[in-house]
Amino acid sequence: MVCVAWMIVFTGSDLTCRRGERLVFTDLAFDARPGDALMLRGRNGAGKSSLLRLMAGLSEPLAGTICWENENIREDMPAHRARMQYLGHQDAVKPVLTVRDNLRLWASLRDVDNVDAAIDQALDALGILHLANSSGRFLSSGQKRRTALARILLGESELWLLDEPTVGLDRESCADLARLVDDFRAKGGIVVYSTHVDLEIAAPRILNLDEFAIPMFDWLRDEIGEDADAQHPDASTTPASTTRDGTSPSRRKKIHSPSTDFEGIA
Amino acid sequence: MKILIAILARDLRLALRQGADSIMVVAFFIVTTTLFPFGVGPEANILARIASGVIWVSALLAAMLSLERVFQTDFEDGTLELLAISPVPLELVVLGKVLAHWLTTGLPLIIAAPLMAVMLNMNSAGFGTLMLAMLVGTPALSLIGAIGAALILGARRGGVLVSLLVLPLYIPVLIFGAGAVEASLLGLPAGEHLQIMGAILLLTLALAPLAAARALRLAVE
Repeated sequence: MVCVAWMIVFTGSDLTCRRGERLVFTDLAFDARPGDALMLRGRNGAGKSSLLRLMAGLSEPLAGTICWENENIREDMPAHRARMQYLGHQDAVKPVLTVRDNLRLWASLRDVDNVDAAIDQALDALGILHLANSSGRFLSSGQKRRTALARILLGESELWLLDEPTVGLDRESCADLARLVDDFRAKGGIVVYSTHVDLEIAAPRILNLDEFAIPMFDWLRDEIGEDADAQHPDASTTPASTTRDGTSPSRRKKIHSPSTDFEGIA
Repeated sequence: MKILIAILARDLRLALRQGADSIMVVAFFIVTTTLFPFGVGPEANILARIASGVIWVSALLAAMLSLERVFQTDFEDGTLELLAISPVPLELVVLGKVLAHWLTTGLPLIIAAPLMAVMLNMNSAGFGTLMLAMLVGTPALSLIGAIGAALILGARRGGVLVSLLVLPLYIPVLIFGAGAVEASLLGLPAGEHLQIMGAILLLTLALAPLAAARALRLAVE
Protein backbone atom coordinates (compact mmCIF):
# COMPACT_ATOMS: atom_id res chain seq x y z
CA MET A 1 0.00 0.00 0.00
CA VAL A 2 2.83 2.35 0.83
CA CYS A 3 4.27 1.70 -2.58
CA VAL A 4 0.98 2.60 -4.26
CA ALA A 5 0.63 5.74 -2.23
CA TRP A 6 3.98 7.00 -3.46
CA MET A 7 3.43 6.21 -7.10
CA ILE A 8 2.80 9.18 -9.33
CA VAL A 9 -0.27 8.30 -11.35
CA PHE A 10 -1.51 11.50 -12.95
CA THR A 11 1.01 13.54 -14.90
CA GLY A 12 1.15 16.20 -17.54
CA SER A 13 4.24 17.27 -19.44
CA ASP A 14 5.17 20.02 -21.89
CA LEU A 15 1.56 21.12 -22.08
CA THR A 16 0.69 24.01 -24.33
CA CYS A 17 -2.86 25.19 -24.49
CA ARG A 18 -4.54 27.39 -27.03
CA ARG A 19 -7.93 29.02 -26.64
CA GLY A 20 -9.07 30.56 -29.87
CA GLU A 21 -6.07 32.42 -31.23
CA ARG A 22 -4.44 32.92 -27.86
CA LEU A 23 -1.77 30.76 -26.35
CA VAL A 24 -2.77 30.45 -22.73
CA PHE A 25 0.19 28.64 -21.22
CA THR A 26 3.16 26.68 -22.44
CA ASP A 27 5.59 24.04 -21.12
CA LEU A 28 3.33 23.32 -18.21
CA ALA A 29 3.99 20.17 -16.22
CA PHE A 30 2.28 18.66 -13.22
CA ASP A 31 2.20 15.38 -11.36
CA ALA A 32 -0.04 13.95 -8.70
CA ARG A 33 -0.03 10.92 -6.45
CA PRO A 34 -3.07 9.27 -4.93
CA GLY A 35 -4.26 11.45 -2.08
CA ASP A 36 -2.87 14.64 -3.57
CA ALA A 37 -4.77 17.88 -3.89
CA LEU A 38 -3.48 20.13 -6.60
CA MET A 39 -4.61 23.72 -6.31
CA LEU A 40 -4.49 25.83 -9.45
CA ARG A 41 -3.58 29.45 -8.92
CA GLY A 42 -3.28 32.26 -11.41
CA ARG A 43 -4.76 35.52 -12.56
CA ASN A 44 -7.93 35.63 -14.63
CA GLY A 45 -7.25 34.09 -18.01
CA ALA A 46 -4.15 32.24 -16.82
CA GLY A 47 -5.75 29.02 -18.01
CA LYS A 48 -7.04 27.38 -14.84
CA SER A 49 -10.28 26.31 -16.49
CA SER A 50 -8.46 25.45 -19.71
CA LEU A 51 -6.09 23.16 -17.82
CA LEU A 52 -8.99 21.44 -16.06
CA ARG A 53 -10.70 20.95 -19.40
CA LEU A 54 -7.52 19.43 -20.82
CA MET A 55 -7.34 17.10 -17.82
CA ALA A 56 -10.98 16.15 -18.35
CA GLY A 57 -10.30 15.40 -22.01
CA LEU A 58 -12.84 17.99 -23.14
CA SER A 59 -10.22 19.67 -25.29
CA GLU A 60 -6.88 18.60 -26.64
CA PRO A 61 -3.60 20.28 -25.81
CA LEU A 62 -1.78 21.98 -28.67
CA ALA A 63 1.34 20.14 -27.52
CA GLY A 64 2.27 17.83 -24.69
CA THR A 65 0.63 14.86 -23.07
CA ILE A 66 -1.46 14.06 -20.03
CA CYS A 67 -0.94 10.58 -18.68
CA TRP A 68 -2.61 8.32 -16.17
CA GLU A 69 -0.28 5.60 -14.94
CA ASN A 70 2.08 6.37 -17.83
CA GLU A 71 -0.59 5.92 -20.44
CA ASN A 72 -1.75 8.91 -22.46
CA ILE A 73 -5.38 9.56 -21.52
CA ARG A 74 -6.15 10.03 -25.23
CA GLU A 75 -5.36 6.35 -25.80
CA ASP A 76 -8.26 5.21 -23.69
CA MET A 77 -10.77 7.99 -23.18
CA PRO A 78 -13.63 5.78 -21.92
CA ALA A 79 -11.43 4.55 -19.06
CA HIS A 80 -10.39 8.10 -18.22
CA ARG A 81 -13.97 9.32 -18.30
CA ALA A 82 -15.01 6.49 -16.00
CA ARG A 83 -12.41 7.36 -13.38
CA MET A 84 -12.98 11.09 -13.45
CA GLN A 85 -15.61 13.51 -12.16
CA TYR A 86 -15.68 17.05 -13.49
CA LEU A 87 -17.38 20.09 -12.04
CA GLY A 88 -17.52 22.98 -14.48
CA HIS A 89 -18.69 26.57 -14.19
CA GLN A 90 -22.23 25.56 -14.98
CA ASP A 91 -24.31 23.49 -12.63
CA ALA A 92 -26.32 21.64 -15.30
CA VAL A 93 -29.40 21.61 -13.09
CA LYS A 94 -32.61 21.45 -15.10
CA PRO A 95 -35.18 23.87 -13.70
CA VAL A 96 -38.17 21.65 -14.46
CA LEU A 97 -36.80 18.52 -12.82
CA THR A 98 -36.50 17.80 -9.11
CA VAL A 99 -33.08 17.57 -7.53
CA ARG A 100 -33.45 13.80 -7.35
CA ASP A 101 -34.44 13.49 -11.01
CA ASN A 102 -31.57 15.76 -11.98
CA LEU A 103 -29.11 13.46 -10.25
CA ARG A 104 -30.77 10.26 -11.42
CA LEU A 105 -29.44 10.65 -14.96
CA TRP A 106 -25.85 11.03 -13.80
CA ALA A 107 -26.15 8.06 -11.49
CA SER A 108 -27.53 5.85 -14.24
CA LEU A 109 -24.73 6.87 -16.61
CA ARG A 110 -22.19 5.66 -14.06
CA ASP A 111 -23.48 2.20 -13.35
CA VAL A 112 -24.49 2.97 -9.78
CA ASP A 113 -26.17 -0.07 -8.29
CA ASN A 114 -28.75 1.38 -5.98
CA VAL A 115 -29.50 4.72 -7.57
CA ASP A 116 -31.89 6.13 -4.99
CA ALA A 117 -29.74 5.17 -2.03
CA ALA A 118 -26.66 6.65 -3.70
CA ILE A 119 -28.50 9.90 -4.40
CA ASP A 120 -29.77 10.11 -0.83
CA GLN A 121 -26.28 9.57 0.48
CA ALA A 122 -24.79 12.22 -1.81
CA LEU A 123 -27.48 14.76 -0.94
CA ASP A 124 -27.05 14.05 2.76
CA ALA A 125 -23.30 14.59 2.50
CA LEU A 126 -23.96 18.08 1.14
CA GLY A 127 -26.77 18.82 3.55
CA ILE A 128 -29.52 19.16 0.96
CA LEU A 129 -31.42 15.93 1.53
CA HIS A 130 -34.49 17.97 2.44
CA LEU A 131 -34.45 19.48 -1.08
CA ALA A 132 -34.50 16.11 -2.86
CA ASN A 133 -38.00 16.61 -4.18
CA SER A 134 -37.80 20.34 -4.85
CA SER A 135 -37.88 21.49 -8.41
CA GLY A 136 -34.61 22.91 -9.76
CA ARG A 137 -36.36 26.18 -10.52
CA PHE A 138 -36.75 27.00 -6.83
CA LEU A 139 -33.14 26.42 -5.81
CA SER A 140 -30.84 29.26 -4.84
CA SER A 141 -27.52 29.46 -6.65
CA GLY A 142 -25.75 27.93 -3.65
CA GLN A 143 -28.24 25.06 -3.54
CA LYS A 144 -27.74 24.49 -7.27
CA ARG A 145 -24.01 24.39 -6.73
CA ARG A 146 -24.45 21.85 -3.95
CA THR A 147 -26.64 19.75 -6.26
CA ALA A 148 -23.83 19.86 -8.82
CA LEU A 149 -21.37 18.83 -6.11
CA ALA A 150 -23.64 15.95 -5.11
CA ARG A 151 -23.28 14.73 -8.68
CA ILE A 152 -19.55 14.12 -8.31
CA LEU A 153 -20.19 11.88 -5.32
CA LEU A 154 -22.23 9.46 -7.42
CA GLY A 155 -20.35 6.37 -8.47
CA GLU A 156 -16.74 5.41 -8.00
CA SER A 157 -14.06 7.79 -9.18
CA GLU A 158 -10.35 8.35 -8.71
CA LEU A 159 -9.98 11.90 -9.94
CA TRP A 160 -11.98 15.04 -9.21
CA LEU A 161 -11.55 18.08 -11.40
CA LEU A 162 -13.26 21.00 -9.73
CA ASP A 163 -13.47 24.34 -11.48
CA GLU A 164 -14.22 27.03 -8.90
CA PRO A 165 -16.22 24.67 -6.70
CA THR A 166 -16.80 27.31 -4.01
CA VAL A 167 -18.66 29.80 -6.20
CA GLY A 168 -22.01 30.51 -4.61
CA LEU A 169 -21.30 28.43 -1.53
CA ASP A 170 -21.60 29.82 1.98
CA ARG A 171 -18.92 29.30 4.61
CA GLU A 172 -20.61 26.22 6.02
CA SER A 173 -20.88 24.52 2.63
CA CYS A 174 -17.25 25.34 1.92
CA ALA A 175 -16.37 23.45 5.11
CA ASP A 176 -18.58 20.54 3.96
CA LEU A 177 -16.79 20.55 0.63
CA ALA A 178 -13.36 20.63 2.27
CA ARG A 179 -14.36 17.65 4.39
CA LEU A 180 -15.61 15.73 1.33
CA VAL A 181 -12.41 16.49 -0.54
CA ASP A 182 -10.31 15.26 2.38
CA ASP A 183 -12.43 12.10 2.70
CA PHE A 184 -11.95 11.46 -0.99
CA ARG A 185 -8.20 11.97 -0.70
CA ALA A 186 -8.04 9.64 2.27
CA LYS A 187 -9.44 6.93 -0.01
CA GLY A 188 -6.64 7.58 -2.49
CA GLY A 189 -8.42 10.03 -4.78
CA ILE A 190 -6.70 12.89 -6.57
CA VAL A 191 -8.30 16.31 -6.56
CA VAL A 192 -7.36 19.15 -8.89
CA TYR A 193 -9.20 22.38 -8.23
CA SER A 194 -9.12 26.08 -8.87
CA THR A 195 -10.45 28.56 -6.39
CA HIS A 196 -10.25 32.15 -5.29
CA VAL A 197 -11.50 31.40 -1.81
CA ASP A 198 -9.19 29.38 0.36
CA LEU A 199 -10.64 25.96 0.74
CA GLU A 200 -9.46 24.66 4.06
CA ILE A 201 -8.13 21.28 3.11
CA ALA A 202 -5.01 19.59 4.37
CA ALA A 203 -1.76 20.45 2.63
CA PRO A 204 -2.74 21.25 -0.93
CA ARG A 205 0.05 21.50 -3.47
CA ILE A 206 -0.05 24.71 -5.43
CA LEU A 207 0.42 24.99 -9.17
CA ASN A 208 0.82 28.62 -10.18
CA LEU A 209 -0.22 28.96 -13.80
CA ASP A 210 1.25 32.46 -14.10
CA GLU A 211 4.66 30.77 -14.20
CA PHE A 212 3.75 29.15 -17.47
CA ALA A 213 2.23 32.18 -19.15
CA ILE A 214 3.76 33.43 -22.32
CA PRO A 215 5.36 36.66 -21.18
CA MET A 216 5.85 38.46 -24.45
CA PHE A 217 2.42 37.73 -25.66
CA ASP A 218 0.57 41.00 -24.94
CA TRP A 219 3.47 42.96 -26.25
CA LEU A 220 3.63 40.87 -29.37
CA ARG A 221 -0.02 41.38 -30.06
CA ASP A 222 0.41 45.14 -29.86
CA GLU A 223 3.42 44.91 -32.10
CA ILE A 224 1.62 42.93 -34.75
CA GLY A 225 -1.30 45.30 -34.53
CA GLU A 226 0.92 48.36 -35.02
CA ASP A 227 3.12 46.95 -37.73
CA ALA A 228 0.28 46.50 -40.21
CA ASP A 229 -0.06 42.80 -40.81
CA ALA A 230 1.14 43.11 -44.40
CA GLN A 231 4.62 44.10 -43.34
CA HIS A 232 5.27 41.24 -40.93
CA PRO A 233 2.74 38.56 -41.67
CA ASP A 234 5.03 36.03 -40.05
CA ALA A 235 5.83 38.09 -36.97
CA SER A 236 4.11 35.61 -34.72
CA THR A 237 6.41 32.84 -35.82
CA THR A 238 9.57 34.64 -34.72
CA PRO A 239 8.82 35.96 -31.27
CA ALA A 240 12.35 35.47 -29.96
CA SER A 241 14.04 37.81 -32.41
CA THR A 242 11.39 40.50 -32.14
CA THR A 243 11.43 40.62 -28.35
CA ARG A 244 15.13 41.12 -28.00
CA ASP A 245 15.40 44.40 -29.84
CA GLY A 246 13.53 47.54 -28.95
CA THR A 247 11.49 46.66 -25.91
CA SER A 248 10.66 50.10 -24.59
CA PRO A 249 10.17 50.53 -20.81
CA SER A 250 6.54 51.48 -21.23
CA ARG A 251 5.92 48.23 -23.02
CA ARG A 252 7.88 46.25 -20.54
CA LYS A 253 5.36 47.18 -17.89
CA LYS A 254 2.66 45.48 -19.84
CA ILE A 255 4.61 42.27 -19.93
CA HIS A 256 3.20 39.90 -17.44
CA SER A 257 6.14 37.92 -16.22
CA PRO A 258 6.04 35.93 -13.04
CA SER A 259 9.80 35.55 -12.88
CA THR A 260 10.20 39.29 -12.07
CA ASP A 261 13.59 39.25 -13.75
CA PHE A 262 12.36 41.94 -16.06
CA GLU A 263 12.01 44.33 -13.16
CA GLY A 264 15.62 43.71 -12.20
CA ILE A 265 16.88 44.41 -15.69
CA ALA A 266 14.78 47.50 -16.00
CA MET B 1 -29.70 -0.29 -23.26
CA LYS B 2 -30.10 0.86 -19.69
CA ILE B 3 -28.33 4.07 -20.60
CA LEU B 4 -30.53 4.62 -23.64
CA ILE B 5 -33.60 4.26 -21.43
CA ALA B 6 -32.17 6.63 -18.83
CA ILE B 7 -31.56 9.35 -21.43
CA LEU B 8 -34.91 8.72 -23.06
CA ALA B 9 -36.74 8.83 -19.72
CA ARG B 10 -35.12 12.10 -18.76
CA ASP B 11 -35.80 13.78 -22.11
CA LEU B 12 -39.41 12.60 -22.13
CA ARG B 13 -39.86 13.85 -18.58
CA LEU B 14 -38.40 17.21 -19.60
CA ALA B 15 -40.68 17.34 -22.64
CA LEU B 16 -43.73 16.54 -20.52
CA ARG B 17 -42.92 19.17 -17.91
CA GLN B 18 -42.49 21.83 -20.58
CA GLY B 19 -45.03 20.30 -22.93
CA ALA B 20 -45.46 23.31 -25.20
CA ASP B 21 -42.82 22.13 -27.68
CA SER B 22 -44.60 19.06 -28.87
CA ILE B 23 -48.02 20.74 -29.07
CA MET B 24 -46.48 23.61 -31.00
CA VAL B 25 -45.07 21.26 -33.62
CA VAL B 26 -48.45 19.64 -34.22
CA ALA B 27 -50.19 23.03 -34.26
CA PHE B 28 -47.66 24.31 -36.79
CA PHE B 29 -48.27 21.23 -38.94
CA ILE B 30 -52.04 21.75 -38.86
CA VAL B 31 -51.84 25.48 -39.56
CA THR B 32 -49.41 25.08 -42.47
CA THR B 33 -51.51 22.38 -44.06
CA THR B 34 -54.62 24.49 -43.61
CA LEU B 35 -53.02 27.37 -45.50
CA PHE B 36 -52.94 25.43 -48.75
CA PRO B 37 -56.71 25.28 -49.38
CA PHE B 38 -56.77 29.05 -48.85
CA GLY B 39 -53.95 29.59 -51.32
CA VAL B 40 -54.87 27.05 -53.96
CA GLY B 41 -58.63 27.46 -53.68
CA PRO B 42 -61.23 25.01 -52.38
CA GLU B 43 -61.38 22.95 -55.57
CA ALA B 44 -61.70 19.39 -54.21
CA ASN B 45 -59.91 17.66 -57.09
CA ILE B 46 -56.89 19.90 -56.98
CA LEU B 47 -56.60 19.48 -53.20
CA ALA B 48 -56.83 15.73 -53.51
CA ARG B 49 -54.10 15.83 -56.15
CA ILE B 50 -51.64 17.81 -54.02
CA ALA B 51 -52.63 16.34 -50.64
CA SER B 52 -49.75 13.89 -50.17
CA GLY B 53 -47.12 16.45 -51.16
CA VAL B 54 -48.61 19.13 -48.93
CA ILE B 55 -48.78 16.85 -45.92
CA TRP B 56 -45.19 15.72 -46.37
CA VAL B 57 -43.82 19.23 -46.87
CA SER B 58 -45.71 20.48 -43.81
CA ALA B 59 -44.44 17.54 -41.77
CA LEU B 60 -40.88 18.27 -42.85
CA LEU B 61 -41.18 21.91 -41.84
CA ALA B 62 -42.85 21.05 -38.54
CA ALA B 63 -40.19 18.48 -37.66
CA MET B 64 -37.51 21.01 -38.47
CA LEU B 65 -39.10 23.64 -36.26
CA SER B 66 -38.25 21.70 -33.13
CA LEU B 67 -34.73 20.69 -34.11
CA GLU B 68 -33.00 23.71 -32.70
CA ARG B 69 -34.08 22.68 -29.22
CA VAL B 70 -32.74 19.15 -29.33
CA PHE B 71 -29.28 19.98 -27.97
CA GLN B 72 -29.54 23.73 -27.36
CA THR B 73 -30.74 23.76 -23.75
CA ASP B 74 -28.31 21.02 -22.76
CA PHE B 75 -25.54 22.98 -24.42
CA GLU B 76 -26.43 26.18 -22.60
CA ASP B 77 -26.70 24.79 -19.08
CA GLY B 78 -23.57 22.64 -19.25
CA THR B 79 -25.34 19.28 -19.39
CA LEU B 80 -23.91 18.52 -22.81
CA GLU B 81 -20.38 19.04 -21.56
CA LEU B 82 -20.98 16.51 -18.80
CA LEU B 83 -22.59 14.05 -21.19
CA ALA B 84 -19.55 14.38 -23.44
CA ILE B 85 -17.19 13.37 -20.62
CA SER B 86 -19.45 10.76 -19.06
CA PRO B 87 -18.24 7.17 -19.43
CA VAL B 88 -21.00 6.26 -21.88
CA PRO B 89 -20.55 6.66 -25.66
CA LEU B 90 -21.88 9.99 -26.86
CA GLU B 91 -23.41 8.25 -29.88
CA LEU B 92 -25.72 6.39 -27.54
CA VAL B 93 -26.69 9.64 -25.84
CA VAL B 94 -27.50 11.12 -29.27
CA LEU B 95 -29.61 8.10 -30.13
CA GLY B 96 -31.57 8.44 -26.89
CA LYS B 97 -32.20 12.11 -27.49
CA VAL B 98 -33.24 11.50 -31.10
CA LEU B 99 -35.65 8.82 -29.97
CA ALA B 100 -37.15 11.23 -27.45
CA HIS B 101 -37.39 13.89 -30.16
CA TRP B 102 -39.19 11.49 -32.45
CA LEU B 103 -41.63 10.37 -29.76
CA THR B 104 -42.51 13.97 -28.93
CA THR B 105 -42.69 15.34 -32.50
CA GLY B 106 -42.73 12.58 -35.13
CA LEU B 107 -45.34 10.43 -33.46
CA PRO B 108 -47.90 13.24 -32.94
CA LEU B 109 -47.40 14.21 -36.59
CA ILE B 110 -48.23 10.67 -37.70
CA ILE B 111 -51.42 10.79 -35.66
CA ALA B 112 -52.39 14.20 -37.03
CA ALA B 113 -51.61 13.32 -40.65
CA PRO B 114 -54.83 11.38 -41.49
CA LEU B 115 -56.91 14.28 -40.16
CA MET B 116 -55.14 16.61 -42.54
CA ALA B 117 -55.59 14.07 -45.32
CA VAL B 118 -59.35 14.14 -44.74
CA MET B 119 -59.32 17.92 -44.84
CA LEU B 120 -57.47 17.89 -48.17
CA ASN B 121 -59.96 15.41 -49.60
CA MET B 122 -57.41 12.65 -50.08
CA ASN B 123 -58.85 9.31 -51.13
CA SER B 124 -59.06 7.10 -48.07
CA ALA B 125 -57.19 4.37 -50.00
CA GLY B 126 -53.99 6.32 -49.30
CA PHE B 127 -54.39 6.75 -45.54
CA GLY B 128 -52.75 3.49 -44.56
CA THR B 129 -49.74 4.08 -46.79
CA LEU B 130 -49.47 7.68 -45.62
CA MET B 131 -49.21 6.62 -42.00
CA LEU B 132 -46.87 3.77 -42.80
CA ALA B 133 -44.63 6.02 -44.87
CA MET B 134 -44.56 8.59 -42.08
CA LEU B 135 -43.79 5.89 -39.56
CA VAL B 136 -40.68 5.00 -41.55
CA GLY B 137 -39.88 8.53 -42.69
CA THR B 138 -40.17 10.67 -39.56
CA PRO B 139 -37.50 8.82 -37.54
CA ALA B 140 -35.14 9.48 -40.45
CA LEU B 141 -36.11 13.16 -40.26
CA SER B 142 -35.24 13.26 -36.56
CA LEU B 143 -31.93 11.46 -37.15
CA ILE B 144 -30.83 13.71 -40.02
CA GLY B 145 -32.04 16.71 -38.06
CA ALA B 146 -29.86 15.76 -35.10
CA ILE B 147 -26.75 16.29 -37.22
CA GLY B 148 -27.93 19.78 -38.12
CA ALA B 149 -28.95 20.52 -34.54
CA ALA B 150 -25.51 19.48 -33.30
CA LEU B 151 -23.68 21.51 -35.92
CA ILE B 152 -25.43 24.78 -35.16
CA LEU B 153 -24.60 24.81 -31.44
CA GLY B 154 -23.00 28.07 -30.49
CA ALA B 155 -24.02 29.76 -33.73
CA ARG B 156 -26.16 32.85 -33.72
CA ARG B 157 -29.60 32.48 -35.30
CA GLY B 158 -29.17 28.74 -35.34
CA GLY B 159 -32.80 28.12 -36.21
CA VAL B 160 -32.42 29.57 -39.70
CA LEU B 161 -29.08 27.89 -40.20
CA VAL B 162 -30.41 24.48 -39.24
CA SER B 163 -33.13 24.70 -41.90
CA LEU B 164 -30.55 25.52 -44.55
CA LEU B 165 -28.42 22.58 -43.46
CA VAL B 166 -31.15 20.04 -43.00
CA LEU B 167 -33.87 20.73 -45.56
CA PRO B 168 -31.79 19.68 -48.60
CA LEU B 169 -31.05 16.40 -46.83
CA TYR B 170 -34.76 15.84 -46.30
CA ILE B 171 -35.46 15.75 -50.05
CA PRO B 172 -35.09 11.96 -50.51
CA VAL B 173 -37.53 11.30 -47.68
CA LEU B 174 -39.95 13.76 -49.26
CA ILE B 175 -39.68 12.23 -52.72
CA PHE B 176 -40.23 8.65 -51.64
CA GLY B 177 -42.71 9.50 -48.90
CA ALA B 178 -44.97 11.40 -51.25
CA GLY B 179 -44.27 8.84 -53.97
CA ALA B 180 -45.48 5.97 -51.79
CA VAL B 181 -48.78 7.72 -51.10
CA GLU B 182 -49.22 8.65 -54.77
CA ALA B 183 -48.60 5.08 -55.83
CA SER B 184 -51.19 3.64 -53.47
CA LEU B 185 -53.70 6.30 -54.54
CA LEU B 186 -53.24 5.14 -58.14
CA GLY B 187 -53.74 1.55 -57.04
CA LEU B 188 -50.08 0.62 -57.57
CA PRO B 189 -47.98 -1.20 -54.98
CA ALA B 190 -46.17 1.21 -52.68
CA GLY B 191 -43.74 -1.39 -51.42
CA GLU B 192 -40.73 -0.21 -53.39
CA HIS B 193 -41.02 3.34 -52.13
CA LEU B 194 -41.38 2.11 -48.59
CA GLN B 195 -38.39 -0.18 -48.99
CA ILE B 196 -36.20 2.70 -50.14
CA MET B 197 -37.44 4.76 -47.18
CA GLY B 198 -36.55 1.86 -44.92
CA ALA B 199 -33.08 1.86 -46.44
CA ILE B 200 -32.78 5.60 -45.79
CA LEU B 201 -33.85 5.04 -42.21
CA LEU B 202 -31.26 2.30 -41.65
CA LEU B 203 -28.53 4.38 -43.24
CA THR B 204 -29.30 7.41 -41.10
CA LEU B 205 -29.68 5.22 -38.02
CA ALA B 206 -26.13 4.01 -38.55
CA LEU B 207 -24.50 7.28 -39.59
CA ALA B 208 -26.39 10.14 -37.96
CA PRO B 209 -25.45 9.33 -34.33
CA LEU B 210 -21.77 9.16 -35.33
CA ALA B 211 -21.88 12.46 -37.17
CA ALA B 212 -23.94 14.24 -34.51
CA ALA B 213 -21.71 12.97 -31.69
CA ARG B 214 -18.63 14.24 -33.52
CA ALA B 215 -20.28 17.64 -34.00
CA LEU B 216 -21.22 17.74 -30.30
CA ARG B 217 -17.63 17.03 -29.28
CA LEU B 218 -16.50 19.96 -31.40
CA ALA B 219 -19.18 22.15 -29.85
CA VAL B 220 -18.12 21.50 -26.26
CA GLU B 221 -14.38 21.65 -26.94
